[in-house]
Amino acid sequence: MAFSLTEYAKGNVLAVQEYSTLSWKAVAALFSQPRYLGDILQQMDIIGVGSLQIVVFTGFFTGAVLALQSANSLGRFGALSFTGQLVSMSMVRELGPVLTSLMVAGRNASGMASELGSMQVTEQIDAMRALGTDPIRKLITPRLTATMFMLFFLTILSDLVGLTGGSAIALLLLRLDLNEYWTSAWQTLRYADVFMGLIKPVLFGFIIATVGCYYGMSAKGGTQGVGRATTQAVVVASVFILAIDLFVTRLLMVLLGPL
Amino acid sequence: MSEANHKDAPKAVVFENVSLRFDEQVVLDDLSFELEHGATKVLLGVAGSGKTTILKLALGLLRPDSGRIFVLEHEVTAMREKDLFELRRRIGMVFQESALFDSQSVENNVAFRLLEEKVPEAEIQKRVTEALRFVELEHTLKLFPSELSGGMRRRVAIARAIISNPEVMLYDSPTAGLDPVTSTTIVELLVKQRDVYKTSALLVTHRLQDAFTMATHYFSREQNKMLPVPHGWDWDSKTSFMVLKDGKAIFEGDAAAIANSDSEYIREYLSP
Repeated sequence: MAFSLTEYAKGNVLAVQEYSTLSWKAVAALFSQPRYLGDILQQMDIIGVGSLQIVVFTGFFTGAVLALQSANSLGRFGALSFTGQLVSMSMVRELGPVLTSLMVAGRNASGMASELGSMQVTEQIDAMRALGTDPIRKLITPRLTATMFMLFFLTILSDLVGLTGGSAIALLLLRLDLNEYWTSAWQTLRYADVFMGLIKPVLFGFIIATVGCYYGMSAKGGTQGVGRATTQAVVVASVFILAIDLFVTRLLMVLLGPL
Repeated sequence: MSEANHKDAPKAVVFENVSLRFDEQVVLDDLSFELEHGATKVLLGVAGSGKTTILKLALGLLRPDSGRIFVLEHEVTAMREKDLFELRRRIGMVFQESALFDSQSVENNVAFRLLEEKVPEAEIQKRVTEALRFVELEHTLKLFPSELSGGMRRRVAIARAIISNPEVMLYDSPTAGLDPVTSTTIVELLVKQRDVYKTSALLVTHRLQDAFTMATHYFSREQNKMLPVPHGWDWDSKTSFMVLKDGKAIFEGDAAAIANSDSEYIREYLSP
């Protein structure tokens, strides 16, 4: 069949429409019965507790390399003592939320897409509907709630571990005073920074869960289709996170005033 | 909630001028039929003739392009997905590939509906055991679907569908790909469901032999097995046949009528 630009455009518009409807229904299901508390807790365990290890590692090494790189630049101006401040600002405002979200996207958006995708291609989703249960309510809403909630706390953890990573470098390689490092890291943070750093994971959590579930629910064509859905979910969620990050950062800068 | 528009006795399933296409392909073309309460209609036709689609339409899993569908006096085609969930709890469906939840045990699969309805645990246990005894698989309670054979999975799917005593059953090729002995076990279950619980049913099948068995056997409660209807018995199996071709029903009638049909297509379809 010849490539048709109209068909291509229509396909994309349809995908956006389906994604929006799915997201809307998943959110709306939160506000009416039945709610699946058991499933939410189970997902919190899978997404939150299950991601602890990678989030801790990512946070630690990011904070450490951040300290190393910034010390390199700061040293030239004789401003090495600002290392703590720089690590803390970058971690809390930007790298903590973004890198944690990217790691969780890699781990959980793919997990959701492959799990729901397999259920879709083996008619388990249809079977659930046939048994009188809404799959959006039962499968997607718990994943969405759990990801948004857990990513918030994972980000806090990642920020803290990142600062610790930075302090390790500051102490061992830069020979800085730890007390000074932590004091400057702490004092530089304002409410606006923390607010920005903590609103982001909630938004990114929404993106990870809805994108992962959308690709899973729309998987077609057997195991190959599930594989494709999984890859697409991770790629699209990651790009979405980075793009939305830019806009949210700019928007919050305007709303919260110059920082 | 819509009311059925017919004056006669209420029907279990009614299709009124239903048409559906997927892209350019016509799947159903102005199809109309009725299924009476307690009756079984066997849907026959070559692969791709829209048999499975009929079951999915009846459940509201798919929507037709035009026409109206009534199930248990509710107009499925006019209902929102939200309201359909309620109606679907009164209908049981057995999918062709069983569609069991593969990450849950047989017990949880069968109990799914009851767990959703928050039935007390003691009762769930009793009813799950009962449903699994019906399909003679009580010993598989703790197993996972991947540990079962194809025939056993089909039987678990039947147990899952009947646990809430549905008023209508929809079977999608329940015997496809199974050996003759296992197929007969499954047909026996369908006959039992029909004769003991008087459930209305739509049965999609490729195996004519199974369809004829349905029409010529009854379930004896005394002997707890399926027996052929003896000659001279005045007994109505309530089982009729419908043959689909190119999205239309080209035949509707009972076992004798289909066996004596002079349509060339049907004769060819019936010939082994």
